[in-house]
Amino acid sequence: MKKNHMLVHVMLILGAVVMVVPFVWMILTSGKTLHESMMIPPTLWPKRFRWDNYSAVWAMLPFAKFYLNTLLLIVGRVFFSVATSAMAAYAAARLRFPGRNLFFSLVLIQMMIPSQIFITPQYMLAQKLGILDSTMGLILPGFVSAFGTFLLRQFFLKIPAELEESAVLDGASIWTIFFRIMLPLVRSGLIALGIFTALFAFKDLMWPLIATTSIEKTTLSAGLANLQGQYSTNYPQLMAGSLLAVWPMIVLFMIFQKKFIQGIATTGGKL
Amino acid sequence: MEKIRRTKYKKDQVFWGYLFMLPTVAGLIILNIKPAIDTIIMSFSRSTGFGNMTFAGWANYQKLFADKEVWQSLLNTILYSVVSVPLIVVFSMLAAVLMNQKIKGLTLYRTLYILPVVAAPTAVAMIWKWLFNSQFGLINQLLAKVGIGPVNWLADPNTAIYTVIIVGVWSAIGYNMILLIAGLQEIPADYYESAELDGAGPVRQFFTITLPLVSPTLFFVVVTTIINAFQVFDSIFMMIKSSTDAMYKTQSLAYLFYKYSFILNDKGYGSAIVVVLLVVILIITAIQLKLQKKWVHY
Repeated sequence: MKKNHMLVHVMLILGAVVMVVPFVWMILTSGKTLHESMMIPPTLWPKRFRWDNYSAVWAMLPFAKFYLNTLLLIVGRVFFSVATSAMAAYAAARLRFPGRNLFFSLVLIQMMIPSQIFITPQYMLAQKLGILDSTMGLILPGFVSAFGTFLLRQFFLKIPAELEESAVLDGASIWTIFFRIMLPLVRSGLIALGIFTALFAFKDLMWPLIATTSIEKTTLSAGLANLQGQYSTNYPQLMAGSLLAVWPMIVLFMIFQKKFIQGIATTGGKL
Repeated sequence: MEKIRRTKYKKDQVFWGYLFMLPTVAGLIILNIKPAIDTIIMSFSRSTGFGNMTFAGWANYQKLFADKEVWQSLLNTILYSVVSVPLIVVFSMLAAVLMNQKIKGLTLYRTLYILPVVAAPTAVAMIWKWLFNSQFGLINQLLAKVGIGPVNWLADPNTAIYTVIIVGVWSAIGYNMILLIAGLQEIPADYYESAELDGAGPVRQFFTITLPLVSPTLFFVVVTTIINAFQVFDSIFMMIKSSTDAMYKTQSLAYLFYKYSFILNDKGYGSAIVVVLLVVILIITAIQLKLQKKWVHY
């Protein structure tokens, strides 16, 4: 038994090294001079940790704007997709009305289709509305969420019918039941969807690339792509820029680790 | 029992049902259904400048079928998926099984394995680009110590796609691992206890208990991993230099779509490419839904 555990640890540590070394190397490189970073054989530690790489990329790119735009994008997408999905999911799970199945199959079909098929017309729509290069434009494809509707429906389906029935007998309206009774009961689902939405809004690259043209209006991920285009060989600076782009989500993940993992775990339902 | 199901709808349920559905339905129509139809229409159109399009019949598709670049991209996409998906599934499963043991330090392991999942793909791509740098990158320097290389990871047309695959696998393991751990935890412990009494070793336990019982989650992981693999874009866009031989042998259909629609501004041709991508994904998903009866146990 002990021996088995040893083997498990060895394998897990090996995997952990592969997962972590790139990040460690990013941090170490970000503190080196350009000359130091190109030593053969490479040095592990920077002689003296150079913060000037950070100030250099901070001056090259409007990182403060990137943070703000990314934050607004995340808040907007989370708010709209959770609100619209919760209502639609409740309707699909607990209310009976003509066309309900048709509606739900619409949701399922959308989930199966690659998002690239929507992008060009979404871009044209944003152009027509005059919201390219704005927070609204960044949020646009995420106003509603088929996946969110699907996910939250599962949560609403699990709630026993008696709860609703007794509230109906008390004369509560459907709105009251939804808002006061049902929503609190699916809290973990709402959090899961919120985390999932935030994570993918943060990681989205193609849409911010297309929907923004001025660098002050773009997000961290798309903005960082600019850094590489212009200064493609100064790796200490590129690593400093990368660190500036990854730390917020990593810190959030560390703080809300349990919720994050539960959130991710619940997104993997059964088809 | 089914016969006496109420067919009458309650007024307030119908009212609130439609009201609650309205934002999502409107959103899906405006943001997804109409755009999907528009993309298909555009794939039969030719751009005449200033955003105007005219009907062009099958011209885009005729061009597409004769276009070596499109065929190469389709091949690249398939190669990327065929190599990356099994690796992602096997490594995620391995990590999940290892982390489903009662051992110390699980939380720390889990945290470290999820780090790539919460990192922005652009940053991830830059970090790996640096690691894979042919002259000064850590990987080639380590390989040189054992007498290999130098490998031209990012610019060699025959290697670049595998470099991108490594990054794709590394990025995807954590997420799928979490899904699989959740699936594994649903398996009742007494199944294993009785298997142990019967003298079944860990390998047999894995194939007779774990694999069948986790198969619904595994199926979800396989389907979503394949769909994601077919849409690979970020790492290619970030890591491979555009308009090089390496890019030609690496670019996916999603990248080619982006290139034609938003760099070369030929939205008609770009739309035709993305329609091909859609058809490929739908065929593969349909095949999987058929095949699942053979190996997924609900």
